[in-house]
Amino acid sequence: MDTIVSMASALCLLLGSFLCLSGGVGILRFPDFYTRMHAVGVTDTLAAAMILIGLMLQNPEGLVMLKLLLILLMTIFISPVASHALAKAAFKNDLVPLSDSNENKGGTESSIS
Amino acid sequence: MRDLFAVIMMTGIFGLLSASFFVAMDAVDVAFTEASVGAGIATLLMLTAVTLTGRSEDSERHKPMWALVVVFTTGGLLIYGTLDMPYFGFAEAPVHQHVAPRYIYDSMQETGLPNIVTSVLASYRGFDTLGEVVVIFTAGMGVLALLRVERRPGIDQIMADSIFYLMHERHLILRIVTKMLLPFILLFALYVQFHGDFGPGGGFQAGVIFAAGIILYAMVFGLNTARYVVNRTFVRSLSAIGVLLYGGVGVVSMLLGGNFLDYDVLADSPVAGQHLGILLIELGVGLTVAAVMVIIFFNFCGRRDLP
Repeated sequence: MDTIVSMASALCLLLGSFLCLSGGVGILRFPDFYTRMHAVGVTDTLAAAMILIGLMLQNPEGLVMLKLLLILLMTIFISPVASHALAKAAFKNDLVPLSDSNENKGGTESSIS
Repeated sequence: MRDLFAVIMMTGIFGLLSASFFVAMDAVDVAFTEASVGAGIATLLMLTAVTLTGRSEDSERHKPMWALVVVFTTGGLLIYGTLDMPYFGFAEAPVHQHVAPRYIYDSMQETGLPNIVTSVLASYRGFDTLGEVVVIFTAGMGVLALLRVERRPGIDQIMADSIFYLMHERHLILRIVTKMLLPFILLFALYVQFHGDFGPGGGFQAGVIFAAGIILYAMVFGLNTARYVVNRTFVRSLSAIGVLLYGGVGVVSMLLGGNFLDYDVLADSPVAGQHLGILLIELGVGLTVAAVMVIIFFNFCGRRDLP
């Protein structure tokens, strides 16, 4: 039983780390602001959740579990809302999303300001 | 870097990284303070200041050479001053001979608090902390003296009402989530405040988190709505009440026959007295810090809204 739990925990932690890494690669490689934000916003929420679940499985009973659960709830609330606010602010300040029809390279000084 | 926004973001990231290495060095209380003050509210207040001053730096009108010379001279003198000090981590250093062992071995019997940091901060070094609180109070008063915006009740009232009725028209998601999270933020601040005796936390962090909750409300629902909720006169008096509570505990302990801020005499037994004294002065710290942060934010923002 212990082996299964620790295996599951390790799997969750690995998956979370991989998602974090892919989010980092995404913010470097994607072409414009919105796609970059999408990469980080989507992966980070799941990555944080995975890592927290992995840590919960390390210590399945007691106060630590409860605290991690609260952090998980907070993350699930805050992270997508922060992404939403960021995207909305960018859109309100006339940052045009990258598409086939416009030549905006995105994410550069001129397009943000 | 000429873009002040980027500079502020870098400062925030630096604060968060400092907090991480404080955790790595097992200084959780300091890390907590750094994360909430350095990375959190300081970044926020600097951003608010930038909305007042403009986003990019002015071109230089002075010679930065002289400033550099002064900085290097001061830095050299400071480094020269450290040459006399014992090596980092030197076991025979005076601080490890008598002060630190007393805190580590005797603080549990003397104050009854498991968190040594709190007992040092609030009891053994209570006078220093009083100084810090007075500094924060002075900063708040300075901002009030320089940037205060007189209230125009009619306009405020009309705007608050209109915002109140249009509340869900704009920023729907942000407003709903903020409403849901706000009670938990304030509850967490109270937890940090009163749990400071047993774990990392205390008045400074709690005050900042409480203020951050109110500032979040002001940012999402608009300054006028927040003014409608948070009475400014009350907040101003609160900042003074915190300092007075702190100093008052000291005066009461003097009247009861002890030294200034000597909590042993406050209750029947020294440990109970210490408990009461530390609880009260942490409350004073929390009140002042929260009130001053709210004052600074409101006055910065109020300045910006002026025509």
